[in-house]
Amino acid sequence: MSEPESDRMLEAEPGRHGESGRTPRAGRGRHDDDAPPEAIVAIPLRHPWRNVVAVILVLGLAVFVLDAAQRPDYGWPDVGKYIFDRRISQAAWVTLWLTIYAMIGAIVIGLLLAIMRLSPNPVLKSIAWLYIWIFRGTPVYVQLVFWGIVSLIYPVFTLGIPFTDPWVTIPNEIFTNLFITAVIGLALNEAAYMSEIVRAGLLSVDEGQAEASTALAMSWGQTMRFVVVPQAMKIIIPPTGNEVISMLKTTSLVAAIPLSIDLYGVSRGISAVTFTPVPLLLVASLWYLLFTSVLMVGQHFIEKRFSRGTGRVRTGKEPATPATAPTAGPGEPGAPLGNDFGGKG
Amino acid sequence: MTDAPMVLAERVSKNFGTNKVLRGISLEVDPGEVLCIVGPSGSGKSTFLRCINHLERVDGGRLSVDGQLVGYRQKGDKLYELKLKEAAFQRQEIGMVFQRFNLFPHLTAVENITLAPMRVKGISKAKATARAMELLERVGLGDRGDAYPAHLSGGQQQRVAIARALAMDPKLMLFDEPTSALDPELVGEVLDVMKELAKSGMTMIVVTHEMGFAREVADTLVFMDEGVVVEAGPPREILSNPQHDRTKAFLSKVL
Repeated sequence: MSEPESDRMLEAEPGRHGESGRTPRAGRGRHDDDAPPEAIVAIPLRHPWRNVVAVILVLGLAVFVLDAAQRPDYGWPDVGKYIFDRRISQAAWVTLWLTIYAMIGAIVIGLLLAIMRLSPNPVLKSIAWLYIWIFRGTPVYVQLVFWGIVSLIYPVFTLGIPFTDPWVTIPNEIFTNLFITAVIGLALNEAAYMSEIVRAGLLSVDEGQAEASTALAMSWGQTMRFVVVPQAMKIIIPPTGNEVISMLKTTSLVAAIPLSIDLYGVSRGISAVTFTPVPLLLVASLWYLLFTSVLMVGQHFIEKRFSRGTGRVRTGKEPATPATAPTAGPGEPGAPLGNDFGGKG
Repeated sequence: MTDAPMVLAERVSKNFGTNKVLRGISLEVDPGEVLCIVGPSGSGKSTFLRCINHLERVDGGRLSVDGQLVGYRQKGDKLYELKLKEAAFQRQEIGMVFQRFNLFPHLTAVENITLAPMRVKGISKAKATARAMELLERVGLGDRGDAYPAHLSGGQQQRVAIARALAMDPKLMLFDEPTSALDPELVGEVLDVMKELAKSGMTMIVVTHEMGFAREVADTLVFMDEGVVVEAGPPREILSNPQHDRTKAFLSKVL
């Protein structure tokens, strides 16, 4: 006990200097003289192997890049030719919209499933569990193949009493539209993952928050909307960003439906004609990389926005701290002490 | 009506499964009275407090606030559980302050205070903010309105929490060990706000371990143990001359 404590005091002493007398520990031990301790002058520990490994890796990378640049199979001129090809940029657009629609659907269904799983009703709970079990337990590729042939299983939708003549019969036009089929297939699969993310976020908010909100006479809906969800967002946003990025790449699997107007599908289509698969793979990859990079930047800013008030990230609009600093100086009762009950991470 | 008790508990009982937490609590709190509840942990003090604003359901007996049955409606000789909306409406009259403050960390002090008045009572933002500033002034934090809870000390957070409860203009204030989570040097500032509130005529039920506060401010002191009221009366009498062995044993440990 005495050993680590005196270590800590060595560090703490200079900072506390000046408000001596308020530090209860200062009176104990060898450090009660006011002179600041001497700074440590020492030769830092060397890490020669770090440098060796770094040099090897950089050299290896350089050799690979130089080699790839002049290897004809990569077809760099073709990459340049097709990267801004109209067909490719239109297909990139399709991929982007597939991602957006599928994620919106997934978030809405996922939120619903999360609330069902947290509800006290055992039937709702079990149905949500069953849904997640099925959609997380089977490959998304297989699911997409299934949605692709669902219009053969259900050629028409009917409304009426089962096993009697239906009142209304409408042809299945939803699953014959391959773009809509792709969105539905991707959204239903992703919803299972989103619901777990949302559920974790909702559960991360301290029970006391909902309790305080209830005690203030707010309804369940108001409590969720104004108290629980805004705090859960901090937990929900980062993995959701990952899911968006992951979804962007998963859209390439819509070939299973088969939908071939997306970025990967069109690249493959072109290369099937020109017999230049490698350059078109590179073209598609570059577009995917562009999108994921933009998404990563966006995610960074959204995360910053939702960590307001946690005490870790200080937002720009916070003049309160310097403005009130005089009243909260050390020694005064109003001093903001770092206490354990503030922002919980 | 003026002489009717603010809180009337008749043989209130509450179970968590087979665990009987409250075994018939009977007591009365008059308007303007300050009642302090003391007792060892696990004695059911907090549970009783939470029953008063229906955060917990009462299982037996009768509990009413300002003449209204809490959580139920009586029709003939049958009791009907209140809808969530009706229960929320009852809670408007009852303010609650928690041991762990439970301020909303994503909102500033002012936003914490204005949220419920704006959303529940539909008060305009301007009016609610003006009232919030008034209340912050009252608890001595007029200059900290823009601060987030994480940038306030424990004592300041608890004072904001009191202001937040007061913003709903409650008739009754419940305090659940309001100073237990505070550093010792911050306890005083919270107790001062509570004393001022008591002086202003607020009806208060305070679960506390602060015997000094109870002696000075309470009109009635209740000692609870194992889900029953062991002893109740003027604080000076109970603190200086406890009648029951359990009270004596408890007081000898905390005084």
